[in-house]
Amino acid sequence: MNILSILALLISTTIIYSAPLAFTAIGGTFSERGGVVNVGLEGIMTMGAFSSIVFNLSFGNSLGQLTPWLGLVVGAIVGLAIAWLHALATVTLRADHIVSGTVINLIAPALGVFLIKVIYGKGQTDQISQSFGYSDIPLLDRIPILGRLFFHNTSYPALLSILVAFLTFYIIYKTRFGLRLRSVGENPQAADTLGLNVARLRYEGVLISGLLGGIGGALYAESIALNFAVSTIAGQGFISMAAMIFGRWNPIGAMLAAMFFGLSQSLSVIGAQIPLINQVPSVWLQIFPYVLTIIILTIFFGKTRAPKADGVNYIKSE
Amino acid sequence: MTQTNNKALIAVLSVVFGLVAGAIIMLIFGYNPFSGYGSLIATAFGTPQNIGEIFSQMTPLILTGLSFLVAQQAGFFNIGMSGQLYAAWVGSVWFALTFPQLPNFLIIIGATLFGVILGGISGLIPGYLRAKFGASEVIITIMLNYVILYLGNSAITSFPKAIRQTTDSTNQVGDHGSIAMKWLSDLTNQSSISAGIFIAVIVTILVWFIMKKTTFGFSIEAVGKNADAAKYAGINEKATQIWAMTLSGALAGLGGVTEGLGHYGNVFVQNSTPETGFNGMAVALLGSGSFIGVILAAALFSALTVGGSGMPNISGVPTELVSIVIALIIFFVGSSYLIQLLIKKIKAADAASAGSGKGPKGKKPKKTNQTEEAQA
Repeated sequence: MNILSILALLISTTIIYSAPLAFTAIGGTFSERGGVVNVGLEGIMTMGAFSSIVFNLSFGNSLGQLTPWLGLVVGAIVGLAIAWLHALATVTLRADHIVSGTVINLIAPALGVFLIKVIYGKGQTDQISQSFGYSDIPLLDRIPILGRLFFHNTSYPALLSILVAFLTFYIIYKTRFGLRLRSVGENPQAADTLGLNVARLRYEGVLISGLLGGIGGALYAESIALNFAVSTIAGQGFISMAAMIFGRWNPIGAMLAAMFFGLSQSLSVIGAQIPLINQVPSVWLQIFPYVLTIIILTIFFGKTRAPKADGVNYIKSE
Repeated sequence: MTQTNNKALIAVLSVVFGLVAGAIIMLIFGYNPFSGYGSLIATAFGTPQNIGEIFSQMTPLILTGLSFLVAQQAGFFNIGMSGQLYAAWVGSVWFALTFPQLPNFLIIIGATLFGVILGGISGLIPGYLRAKFGASEVIITIMLNYVILYLGNSAITSFPKAIRQTTDSTNQVGDHGSIAMKWLSDLTNQSSISAGIFIAVIVTILVWFIMKKTTFGFSIEAVGKNADAAKYAGINEKATQIWAMTLSGALAGLGGVTEGLGHYGNVFVQNSTPETGFNGMAVALLGSGSFIGVILAAALFSALTVGGSGMPNISGVPTELVSIVIALIIFFVGSSYLIQLLIKKIKAADAASAGSGKGPKGKKPKKTNQTEEAQA
């Protein structure tokens, strides 16, 4: 294989592997900017994956190529519902954010498999027939070299994730909603004094994280896993969380970090085809993103730059 | 005193709510909750073998529950018990199978020590990074879970052929290093019960002693309550934090050792990080900080798990329902504010009906308004 085709393969798999992480990590940014830690991203992704696969299997034959896209919508709605539970627990019921997130992570795979057994009578689903495949982006793929590298054999939702990152950046840093959300995550008392509805803003942050996390899970299921079983998501949500932190709670940073993690994941999948990389034992490629997150977290951002009131319940004095 | 009563009441109510929610789920999907829970109870306590299994499953849950408790006392959130347990599990089985020529008791001691040390190191790393660099131990333990999962799996598949049974599982430790007890196995129709349960109970007493009666335990508690104040009082708060996380990791590791030398008797490649680690957190939360509470919660969860395995055959309810119920119980414990509010209201209503307590009533409408607002 020549260098150009290796690069093209690497870039296209990287983008495809990173898109679900990017959606979810950007979602996490919304939640944490508003001051609610969301360890439950893993569970939210799991439910997004579950619902999109069930939808895809049920309607794939009648809806055709549109199915995976509608699957993303279904995943988003279900993710939103799960995130609402997290918001209810943390904002309204003053539960510990990590406990609530962990409950979501515990309950999601169990609930998913429970429902799969109820619906299909077995522990995992069949493969979906309508998945996000590889596609060439018209016109752009004709650009010499760059077209071959970036717009040939890639996927539309992956490119969408990049757009969403920039859009989120705009929302968080340039709009009134973004400013208010950040103020609630930094200093809820002050925000409250200024007349902002802390609880409502926090709800909104968590709900958006559920929406995007659900899309992330659905995208992973419909572009990579292609079925649903108890281990479909296995760690993707946690990597997304790492990407969010790695990206310093900034949506574009989160997207870039997700790409980096996507690269290392795709290396452990296609590494065997690439010279030099195929000499590295696969276990090192597997643990690489996690080890790197630990190192980055320790050395560069030691004193975490998380929003100040992240994980702190705000109890309005009466 | 009333506070402990409240805690126990919250735990009991959480269990009840969790079970009721499980019953509602069964109803929604067309199962009969009575036959569902009936089959669960019948399976859990129906045969001596299953009763043995309950004790066997309790063992690592008690130890991971203690692990979580110790870390929590120091103000840490240890989500890495799953990895710490797995590291020790792989390590202890490797030790037992690699040195079969040693006398049996030396194998057990060596394998246990090796496993506990591996678990301790897995706890020390996040403890150190948090104490020295302020890096969030929650994220680091989550990341370490995956690092250990992949390293452990890779270690198992690259063990020498002589100690492997298949490509991804090892031989049974069997006569070399097993902590099974013949009279216990015979009593429970060859269940997987082992000396692990005694180890777990003894270690619970030990940890209770350390936490409540020693300076070290006091330091941990002081650091956990307020690290700055502890430092001012002359406690080396960083060292205490690191030691607390190491102890926490070692306890989770001991849980892994009992899995390896007791419950399973071998180690095999895992698809995802062992659930026992996460359930230990559930146990500790339900036990709400009390040592007896941890043992009771571990007993409840293992009875549910063992009983749940019999549900599909008898009542058709998928076993996953049990995991859902357990998660819901934790949800209610975690949202204890809801239950506290409920208890308050019931008390206020009691007082009102007795005709004496008009005080708390004035506050109520305000609170409900606030919750409604937040939900909207």
